[in-house]
Amino acid sequence: MAKEPKIRTEADRDREFAAWFTDLVGEEKLRRCIHCGVCSGSCPLADHMDEGPRRIMYLAREGFKDDVLSSNTIWLCTSCYACTVECPQQIPVTDVMYALKRRALEEGTYPRRHPTAVMAREFSTIVRRDGRMNEVRLFARLALKSGVLRYLGMAGMGMNVVRKRRFSLRRDTIRHRAELRKLLDTVEEHRAEVAS
Amino acid sequence: MSDYSYYPGCSLKGTGRPYDESMQAVFAALGLGLDELDDWNCCGATAYMAIDEVQAVALAGRNLALAAATGNDVVAPCNACWLVLTKTQGKLGDDVALRDIVCGALGATCTAVNGDGPQPLRIDRDVAVRHPLDVLINDLGVDALGEAVTRPLDGLKVTPYYGCQIVRPLATFDDQADPQTMDRLLAAVGCEVVDNPYKTRCCGASQMMIMPDVGIDLVSLLIADAVARGAEAIAVACPLCQFNLEGYQRKALKEAGLEQSIPILYFTQLLGLALGLDPKRLGLHRSFVPVDSILGRRAAHV
Repeated sequence: MAKEPKIRTEADRDREFAAWFTDLVGEEKLRRCIHCGVCSGSCPLADHMDEGPRRIMYLAREGFKDDVLSSNTIWLCTSCYACTVECPQQIPVTDVMYALKRRALEEGTYPRRHPTAVMAREFSTIVRRDGRMNEVRLFARLALKSGVLRYLGMAGMGMNVVRKRRFSLRRDTIRHRAELRKLLDTVEEHRAEVAS
Repeated sequence: MSDYSYYPGCSLKGTGRPYDESMQAVFAALGLGLDELDDWNCCGATAYMAIDEVQAVALAGRNLALAAATGNDVVAPCNACWLVLTKTQGKLGDDVALRDIVCGALGATCTAVNGDGPQPLRIDRDVAVRHPLDVLINDLGVDALGEAVTRPLDGLKVTPYYGCQIVRPLATFDDQADPQTMDRLLAAVGCEVVDNPYKTRCCGASQMMIMPDVGIDLVSLLIADAVARGAEAIAVACPLCQFNLEGYQRKALKEAGLEQSIPILYFTQLLGLALGLDPKRLGLHRSFVPVDSILGRRAAHV
């Protein structure tokens, strides 16, 4: 059965979001974007995305917040920066994707149980607690929280990691974890003072 | 007194252990002193930036402050750590409001211990964040490296793969589109460098761990192209690239309709072999893909 194409109406438009996005990219830069598509063309994962980066730039500028923040595009971005260096208008597309991820998490409008979003959260939880990342622990938490089944195919690789001792036996923590946590709390209180 | 501060980053203490081991062995063999930064913390990688920008800057900022106190350049072998630290340095320089918040908080909450006891942490100078490729090419030089070689890798066909984040968005020590530093180091130790048109294309990064079905095409392309060009090994300079190309190789080969595996080695492991170092000290026994073919290619001691 053919899919009913979605028509965006004025009711779908969020002016506040459009203004926030304009501010984020910079009005002049955003206006210079000619939607040439180099960002999508250079993106190594564009073929897996529901919207390419170019369409995200366009939809965000026009204020279609739900389409942007619920798309899988921002969560498939690997931060390879190909779009950023290729953009003829010097728009830092990768940094824009980071800002969209933060906004989506803040608003809770990211795809539910999307493993990339889960991963980012678990990553920050571990680093906040220990000061360092432990890949095995991160992977275990990721699998637990986003569904173990999807990772069954990786069991062989996990065995390799264990067999070849490519993991740390100790729990990786820093001595000054209490200071680090205080640092993170202190800067968070001032977050509103810096843009985006 | 060491020549460089060393920021290994979390991966080099885990899946990237062979990079840590070979990096330290090679620097020692070349007479370059490395001193691991005391009590360094995670750089935040790409994940923390998706959660909170100011906290991400503070995380990296603490490491910059620890490095500033040493007076040395800091060497960061992981591409992601290198970029996060380099980018953070730039941000703190450009954005006064951000710098005030982060530096103020660092001084108020964090300490480091030196001869005079605990001192508040400060970023009181610009720290040069260096990738080992940069250090070996620009501080040591290919001539000095070549002179130190005792077991040249006679004609071993190696293709260099640089990955993304040491050339994008900032290319501070190499060409952005066609980097050459690894090519030159490999040639200096006797390798036959096989051209790699995909040398800076994405390996899938953390997506490979999160959603391997999405990134496997990227790994497959890199492996298949290297094989088609006759490379006997792929040399890498980042723990995530190494893990993706090696850990998912069986799946990638299947995808490409290939059978013969190809070793994925840190460039420091190849340099170490040519310097006559024990393969075990270089972490070669931790490879998932067999590396006997590489070990057999070393020339006898000269």
